Amino acid sequence: MSSAENTAAAAAGEPGLAQRLGERRGAALALALGALVFIIGMIVPLFGARWVNDVIAVIAAGFAVHGALSLYDVQQRAPQWYLLSLVVVTGFLAIAYHSGLSPTDAGGLAFSLGDALSSGAGSWTQMTINGLAMGLLIFIMASGMTLTFGLMGVLNLGHSAFITIGAYVLMTFLVSDWGRGLSGAESVVANVGLLALVVLVALVIAGVVGLLFERLIVKPVYDNHLKQILVTVGGGIIITQLIIAISGPNEVQLNQPATLSGSFIVGPVVVETFRLVAVAVGAAIFWGMLRVINRTKVGILIRAGVQSTEMVEAMGYRIKMLFIAVFMAGSALAAVGGVFWGLYDTLIHPEIGGLRLFQIIIVIIIGGLGSITGCFFGALLLGLLSNYVGFVAPEVAEFSSIALMVAVLMWRPQGLIPVIRM
Amino acid sequence: MFDTILSGDYPKSKVLNTVLLAIFFGLALGPFLFDGAVAFSTITNICIFIVLVASYDILLGYTHIVSLAHTMFYGIGAYAVAIAMNSMGPSWGSMFVGVIGGVLVAAVIALLVGLLSLRVKALFFALVTLAVAVGFGILISKFYAITGGEQGLGFRPPRELGPGFKLFEERWYGFNALGWLWNLVTDPGNLGENTKQAVFDVRMSGRIVLYYVIFLTTVGLFLLMLRMMNSPFGRVLKAVRENEFRAEALGYRTVMFRTINVVIAGAIAALAGAMAAMSDPWVTPDSYLSLGVMVNILLMCVIGGMGTLYGAMVGATIFILAETYLKDFMEVAYDLTAGFFNALPEWLSWLSFIHELISPDRWYFWMGLLFVLSVYFFPAGVVGQFRAKELESQIADSEEGASRTEPA
Repeated sequence: MSSAENTAAAAAGEPGLAQRLGERRGAALALALGALVFIIGMIVPLFGARWVNDVIAVIAAGFAVHGALSLYDVQQRAPQWYLLSLVVVTGFLAIAYHSGLSPTDAGGLAFSLGDALSSGAGSWTQMTINGLAMGLLIFIMASGMTLTFGLMGVLNLGHSAFITIGAYVLMTFLVSDWGRGLSGAESVVANVGLLALVVLVALVIAGVVGLLFERLIVKPVYDNHLKQILVTVGGGIIITQLIIAISGPNEVQLNQPATLSGSFIVGPVVVETFRLVAVAVGAAIFWGMLRVINRTKVGILIRAGVQSTEMVEAMGYRIKMLFIAVFMAGSALAAVGGVFWGLYDTLIHPEIGGLRLFQIIIVIIIGGLGSITGCFFGALLLGLLSNYVGFVAPEVAEFSSIALMVAVLMWRPQGLIPVIRM
Repeated sequence: MFDTILSGDYPKSKVLNTVLLAIFFGLALGPFLFDGAVAFSTITNICIFIVLVASYDILLGYTHIVSLAHTMFYGIGAYAVAIAMNSMGPSWGSMFVGVIGGVLVAAVIALLVGLLSLRVKALFFALVTLAVAVGFGILISKFYAITGGEQGLGFRPPRELGPGFKLFEERWYGFNALGWLWNLVTDPGNLGENTKQAVFDVRMSGRIVLYYVIFLTTVGLFLLMLRMMNSPFGRVLKAVRENEFRAEALGYRTVMFRTINVVIAGAIAALAGAMAAMSDPWVTPDSYLSLGVMVNILLMCVIGGMGTLYGAMVGATIFILAETYLKDFMEVAYDLTAGFFNALPEWLSWLSFIHELISPDRWYFWMGLLFVLSVYFFPAGVVGQFRAKELESQIADSEEGASRTEPA
């Protein structure tokens, strides 16, 4: 259905639920069928093996949620919200179902609604917080890559090296004597101050390296995608090897700053403090980026540049300066992401950025190459989905992100929020 | 005759001819020319990587398809052989089952990946393949019951290919030509002694048989790829590379051609993986599926020269020799400069990271640098550079000739 028809339908007044049920028989059927199977599975777990019940419950729940969302056309109107709510609600149902199932003495399986609601809701809340934290951290790391692609058409596969830079700046500070003192002190001011300093230094270093990278490595190959891929891979190798030469090849275990580590308990939920910090920082950065892009002159130029660089140049702006600025900002953001990922992971090693590249790429593909909002939703989806799946079926958790990417690509080959210039 | 063997696609440069002939004969007589286990595994690796890089070149060089999942196909070949040999015992039958199975699986997966993502642009394909390859690596690590997980999977090759098997009872001799030449230069007076030293024993074990199986497969596959790229099929691929829109307008189904190419490249990479597994029967995710291997393939392909196939030969040889022997040179340089860097005053001690860059563990840094520089300054790689030189001199010759015959 085209968007014009949608607007027409909206103008004619929102139809009521009864009318929708009549019009969208397929969606209503999916909702009813999914709910039916799910409820049957709740009353009588049909199969002996727990995972078979889980799989059926997940499929049924997904079907039902899809049906409910389709009743309101969410799929067409806002694919990102459709997918997010599909994952979150199905995740809740699946986790609740998984928690409610327990083996009986007779050797079968029994479902208890009480268990499902109490322990399932707790687990779900926890997984949601974890997923948000992970997703937002990945968003910070991925946003620079998607922005440089959207604006300059440069796919920077060396982006992960900037993450490593951030992580190593963090490490350098935290293992130094006074850094250890500040980070070990039970004082929020000392901890946050240290962290702020680390972020500042990481921003500056990554910004400068980003400037050099753009001038020396990317600039000569702006109009050649093949060479870009090759050259940025090479540049990434060079930066990573330089980091190793400066900081040594060994893994380093870090301690999180005293007041930001540990966890506290709210009802059935164990919340790690640092995850909340990560959520707050990630949300703040996303908000800040949106502000900059939507409300400032630079933001207008960036958005205009994404659509047509020639036009921006024709208006008399120096697009090259914009390119440099965005590249530096993207690299700096990657380093900030690296700082927080380093704190989150606590194990710093030269491959810390390279290992994230996989998730970053999935996120920017899901979101639609070049789209900040898409990247944000992609990151949330990836974080939430891998945590939910990790709770229900840890074996396939890491594979879930690939499945997500394949599904999104089959559905919308350009990603959730396609950018015009592709 | 050469026309038929090389499909009319000559190296087109005298220097290059010499280099390629040297590589060919070095590999053909390898076990009898280079002494020692390191040298033996080096020439085996060169053979395997020539196939692997050449199969990557028909994607990257001939069609400009940037696939970052080539290691996945390489790994599929290796794992298929390892799994088959492990579950069916060390026999020729299970080896063939493994090889054929690996090639088929690789072809099917390549077809799926191709169909899923070749319709989109080059960059997207690179990203999707990268994600799929990493996912495959994770999958291999997770299913440790079948694949051995991170630890890897070991197996016993058929007896005839193992070190315990004796092909001939009598002793065979090799001649360490490089060592002999080196001694000839450094110590010319001692010719007799020197010559005696250069002769070494070659055990005609199953390893030699395996080496020649690999070598002949390499030659066969290389010539096959040469043939393919010089056939009408290859020409269509080049047309797609140069101008996809136009190729489509001429009536070629470009998506089909590209997909077939991806499938063929995947199948050949699986063969290379199978050979690699046979030569070193311990298959780990790290040595087959890691991103590092993928980047190495890219490096070899670009340094050697994209879109020439001969570039794969040169690139693989240069890279693997560097991987094996550059470290030795760097070690010497590292030790030589140690005094200088240790003597630096306190306020200059931060310079020691430069010293660290010369350390043999950092050889990859120089490879990265070489890679970036070669993309900028020799985008056609070593082979392209030689060809351009040859062309220049030919033009100069013909101009000279033309000016001489011209009436004054």
